Amino acid sequence: MLSYLAKRLAGFVPLLLGISFVSFLVMAMAPGTPVDLMTDLNPKASPEARERLEKFYGLDQPLYVQYGLWLGRIVKGDLGTSFSRDRRPVLDKITEALPITLFLNVLDLTLILGLAIPIGIYSASRQYSLVDRATTVFVFVGFAMPSFWVALLAMMLFGEQLGWLPISGLRSLDYDSMSLLGQIGDRIRHLILPVGIAALTGLAGLSRYMRSSMLEVLRQDYIQTARAKGLSERVVVYRHALRNALLPVVTILGLSIPGLIGGSVIAETIFAIPGMGRLFYTSVLMRDYPVVMGITLIGAVLTLFGNLLADLMYVAVDPRLRNR
Amino acid sequence: MTGSDTTHLLDVRGLVTAFDTSDGVVRAVDGVDFHVAEGETVALVGESGCGKSVTALSILRLVQAPAGRIVAGRIELGGTNLLELPEVEMRKVRGAKIAMIFQEPMTSLNPVLTVGYQIAEAVRLHRGLSRSDAWKEAVRVLELVEMPDAAERAASYPHQLSGGMRQRVMIAMALSCDPRLLIADEPTTALDVTIQAQILELLDSLRARLGMALLLITHDLGVVAERAERVLVMYAGRVIEEGPVDAVFADPHHPYTRGLLRSVPRLGRERGPLATIPGVVPKLNALPKGCRFRDRCDAAVAECASVDPALAPLGQGRRVACIVAAAHGGLRW
Repeated sequence: MLSYLAKRLAGFVPLLLGISFVSFLVMAMAPGTPVDLMTDLNPKASPEARERLEKFYGLDQPLYVQYGLWLGRIVKGDLGTSFSRDRRPVLDKITEALPITLFLNVLDLTLILGLAIPIGIYSASRQYSLVDRATTVFVFVGFAMPSFWVALLAMMLFGEQLGWLPISGLRSLDYDSMSLLGQIGDRIRHLILPVGIAALTGLAGLSRYMRSSMLEVLRQDYIQTARAKGLSERVVVYRHALRNALLPVVTILGLSIPGLIGGSVIAETIFAIPGMGRLFYTSVLMRDYPVVMGITLIGAVLTLFGNLLADLMYVAVDPRLRNR
Repeated sequence: MTGSDTTHLLDVRGLVTAFDTSDGVVRAVDGVDFHVAEGETVALVGESGCGKSVTALSILRLVQAPAGRIVAGRIELGGTNLLELPEVEMRKVRGAKIAMIFQEPMTSLNPVLTVGYQIAEAVRLHRGLSRSDAWKEAVRVLELVEMPDAAERAASYPHQLSGGMRQRVMIAMALSCDPRLLIADEPTTALDVTIQAQILELLDSLRARLGMALLLITHDLGVVAERAERVLVMYAGRVIEEGPVDAVFADPHHPYTRGLLRSVPRLGRERGPLATIPGVVPKLNALPKGCRFRDRCDAAVAECASVDPALAPLGQGRRVACIVAAAHGGLRW
């Protein structure tokens, strides 16, 4: 087990090198440089000033030198400094945005799993019942509607017309003058729309997935064996079928771990949430290379760990994968 | 051995089990009558799709709704009609009074639970033993089915066992609650020939030792001849011949049984192509009028097209569903 872990972790090094190099390359090839963005709209910017800026950011060096320098800093644990006007360390910017995104996404995922798995089980064990048909309709509607569109509709309805919920940010302007209870209430009111929309759209896919996985398992021979033993349908479903049906869901969980940190660019932009998604989006627009690379690197690391975690969860759930 | 006067352990009367299919309602079991006496071995034979397995599943009421359902009939176990029991009471029959083992040992055990757990689960449910006592009991029944290193094997997962060992686990599970009737649905079909003999021998000796009845479902006539006392021959959802194995094999009354026996290869018989029954089994939703075997029958008479023959007694515990055979009083063909 330990040697397996060591092997997997050692394998991460070349992978991360490859990922970071390709990202670096793609970013450098993208049209427009940070210097362009800073000088293009400024008629007073002379070619000399541009050169100075390029030199300042190290952009006058050949690409491989730039990558080497970046890599050298990374190895020392330094993600560099943002190109943007605030000139703050990349790490500070990320540690500011990360908890917000993480909190939102863990909430989303808990909500989605907590609802989708029971819905899937219920639909499968009562296939073609009224509830099953109703959730099927709901799921297809949920699938068919793009989340950003639903988000905008929900903002119009609950934010504008009904005026029940705030539509952007995570706190009201007078947040600091509220009592503790008021602050908690304010935070919850801000979370309802972004979390609700994300859960709604995520729920559709996962509950459907859980349902089909459960249906597949309920057709297996060992389920008949369990029934022939005299077990109640409840025990058959929850003790014999559920663990088998969860195996494929574990994959989805593993794949969603990087998303927990990466955040949703669209949702965070629409709801003006200062999380990782929005930070990444603005950094790309500003060609803020160090921030983009920092987020990419952290995303890559977390994706790899997510996959590893999914594999380990598989082993925990499925005895057939043990003793390898 | 005829068992017609004694009270039967299991009595199936006029059982009809139907399935909804895209081609309409199909009666996979269409009026089946038979009984099993205490401690006896009865073989249920017939081709694939003749309704053997559905009959077995019907006895345990495990035909999956909503597509499949038991439409008519009685299934009496010790005088109680199982078809009238509420589901909660039926669960106390399954695994405790009637146990079943299935054809495919590779897929009949849950891959994520240890075999010991799967056996102990039945013991805890029906005999109310504690978790640790049930585990000991699981080990004991594994020893009973001659599982090597039973205590160790109990902690194994199904994928760590061979097909033969898994079938031993299935048998152990079935016997763990001391059932009166064991239904074995093609218990050896999926196994190697050498393992087949071992498993059958084991089943037979355990049946004798524990004094339970065995309903052996098979399409292997050799197995029937060796292990069973009585035989039921099924064709297209009906029992068409019934009787003591020796008598039926020596002197089959129904033309279908005769055809079946002729198509078994025998050592020492002259070479040449094996005899076959002409035609194919009719689709259950497009059965011919009259006798359902008449299109393939070499003894059919004009009347066979209009009369649907019932299973008629011929004496000595024999019954046959054929007007020609019945008219000849079960005479030799």
